[in-house]
Amino acid sequence: MSWFGRLKEGLSRSAGALSQGLAGVFGSAAVDTATLQDLEELLISSDLGVQASARIAAKLGEKRWGPTVPPNEARTALAAAIAAILQPAERPLDVTTAKPFVVLMVGVNGTGKTTTIGKLASRLRGEGKSVLLVAGDTFRAAAIEQLKAWGERAGAPVLAREAGADAAGLAFDALTQAKTQGTDVVLIDTAGRLQNKANLMAELAKIVRVLKKVDPAAPHAVLLVLDATTGQNARAQVAAFKELVQVSGLVMAKLDGTARGGMLVALAEEFGLPIHFVGVGERVDDLQTFSARAFARALVGLES
Amino acid sequence: MMFETLSTRLGTVFDKLRGRGALTEADVDAALREVRVALLEADVALPIVKDFVAHVRTKAVGQDVIKSVSPGQLVIKIVYDELVATLGAETATLNFNAEPPVPILMVGLQGSGKTTTTAKLGARLEKQDKRKVLMASLDVYRPAAQEQLRILGEQTGVAVLPVIEGQQPVDIAKRAMNAAKLRGMDVVLLDTAGRLSIDEAMMREAAAIRDAVRPTEVLLVADALTGQDAVNTAKIFKERLGITGIVLTRIDGDARGGAALSMRQATGAPIKLIGTGEKMDALEPFHPDRIAGRILGMGDVVSLVEKAKDVIDQEEAAKLEAKVMAGGFDMNDLLSQLRQMRKMGGMEGLLSMLPGVGQMKAAMAANRVDDKMISRQEAIILSMTQEERRKVAILNARRRQRIAAGSGTTVADVNKLLKQHRTMADMFKKVGKLGKKGMARMLAGMGGGGLGGGGGLPPGFGR
Repeated sequence: MSWFGRLKEGLSRSAGALSQGLAGVFGSAAVDTATLQDLEELLISSDLGVQASARIAAKLGEKRWGPTVPPNEARTALAAAIAAILQPAERPLDVTTAKPFVVLMVGVNGTGKTTTIGKLASRLRGEGKSVLLVAGDTFRAAAIEQLKAWGERAGAPVLAREAGADAAGLAFDALTQAKTQGTDVVLIDTAGRLQNKANLMAELAKIVRVLKKVDPAAPHAVLLVLDATTGQNARAQVAAFKELVQVSGLVMAKLDGTARGGMLVALAEEFGLPIHFVGVGERVDDLQTFSARAFARALVGLES
Repeated sequence: MMFETLSTRLGTVFDKLRGRGALTEADVDAALREVRVALLEADVALPIVKDFVAHVRTKAVGQDVIKSVSPGQLVIKIVYDELVATLGAETATLNFNAEPPVPILMVGLQGSGKTTTTAKLGARLEKQDKRKVLMASLDVYRPAAQEQLRILGEQTGVAVLPVIEGQQPVDIAKRAMNAAKLRGMDVVLLDTAGRLSIDEAMMREAAAIRDAVRPTEVLLVADALTGQDAVNTAKIFKERLGITGIVLTRIDGDARGGAALSMRQATGAPIKLIGTGEKMDALEPFHPDRIAGRILGMGDVVSLVEKAKDVIDQEEAAKLEAKVMAGGFDMNDLLSQLRQMRKMGGMEGLLSMLPGVGQMKAAMAANRVDDKMISRQEAIILSMTQEERRKVAILNARRRQRIAAGSGTTVADVNKLLKQHRTMADMFKKVGKLGKKGMARMLAGMGGGGLGGGGGLPPGFGR
């Protein structure tokens, strides 16, 4: 199946409600204030947030519509408006700009950091790159075992210490080892933490500081993993992690449920961070490179 | 600015209306538009918002505006009361009404916190209820999930069913029940794999587990950070598995927690417990009034007060109380206040309990209110002689200059602190009669005081 098909499959459930709603909204009637209000509500139901929804609805309202609007035309216009917002965020992760290229995976608890690392490792291994996984989540019970299982699947070694060990020290050793061994990519897992816990966030900043002692350019990427089911708090998450550990890109996991991940649109507008990947399923190859157009079109229920 | 508080929004709407008779339909509609936005920004799902707003409307139209409250405050009060009522007026308890061992099934989406919650619940039931608990992980899919529960059980001293490699979830559940029966246990907590509500096979599996053990409780473990999807997820879990209660996790985050309302309404099931931190004892009964305030952007004021109560050294409080009763609140007391504030996690820690922190932070930055300010104020007091600390009145210009020089601050800083001390001393005089409870509340109030009032309940909210 093409990757678009996979994304579409994942998103189709999410898109179902939205596109059904859209058919209801546009039907074949003229586009009027009530229609635009309905549209705004549909966007809100997809977690786009009140402000972004209002803006997009208003933008569609400015368009010159005929007396009757076929559903597909309205949908295409909506997809285009959303894609335009997302387009600047469509920047793939290039891991060849440094060696070893260090990726630090951060996020709140349960968003899917470890799983994303596992999938990303498989993907990079598939491209023939050598990968070192670092079990930096030394807090959550069995997080180390979980990453080891992923390492086995991906055929990547896992560097770990006992539970409760200092994650920053581990990261230091990992990068030192990767340098001497000439590893291509180092993927560092971290414990999940709520962004309003100052002490836990400080620990994360410490990992970054320690990495810089080995390589001043490291980490080359700090990826914030967001859960597609998360609502408006995603904004607070991005803001806090960006400020503290200079998040360089976003990954949205769990897009295969009924959640639509519409807040990516609001995030793209507000923060301008690249969105590197979306997770659309539980299989190893279900981590997809983000495409603004495909995401927008799948979101409103259009074929590619 | 992240969120505007509802009181600010309504303040704008009602500015022109101050002091009129009854709330008209037009007034109410104008207010409810703001309420709607506030609820949506708090992640309450749209269909739930619509129902709720319609319901509030019928209650609000025609209400007399009492002289002492503004129309905006009245609407907030109606909304708040309705929100509390909807979220569940009283704390719901777990149902153990069956022959032991009583099975409890934990279900939810991936990453919602099921395993952690299972372990916390096990520890709580053993410690507080003195029940003997056996926990079993039925998650044969996520790598190391069973290992995770085993480790947590080890940490909390709660029994965990040993893993038999390759055994399927329904069989594990049955084995857990048998093992618990043989060992004379009271409760069996069954931690299932995370699943998408639309994953047909996985939902069938969960239903099969339920049918095999007939639990008294099927608890939906849900993330307080959840957005609009909360209503879909909750509905499907309810339909397929018959949810009896909800456990809301990550309530210690700064999300507004609208998912609580969505899930409560979509399932009709009460929220029974909330997860409040990463430690194993951070599982508490649900208090609707706190979440209601938070959803409306009024701050988790009650929790703040309770946290203050926890931390504030009882002895110190008693000493302070005696002093306040005698009418003297001196610089040494202010110093201990500043140090208490530090103990509570400083300004940032205190503020993290309040929603709309972005706005507060901006206000703080503008006023240079931060933890450094606490340190500066501490330094100023430490540069005073004991006599000066006891008798603020003797602080003349020369003494102030000396203190400023000694603490590395300016005379303006010293004056500011003196003013703050005066305000607080006045405040204490006023609450002197309220006793300990009033005191704790007042002490907590000082944490957010003077920062734009984002955290305070509007007047007219009797608790």
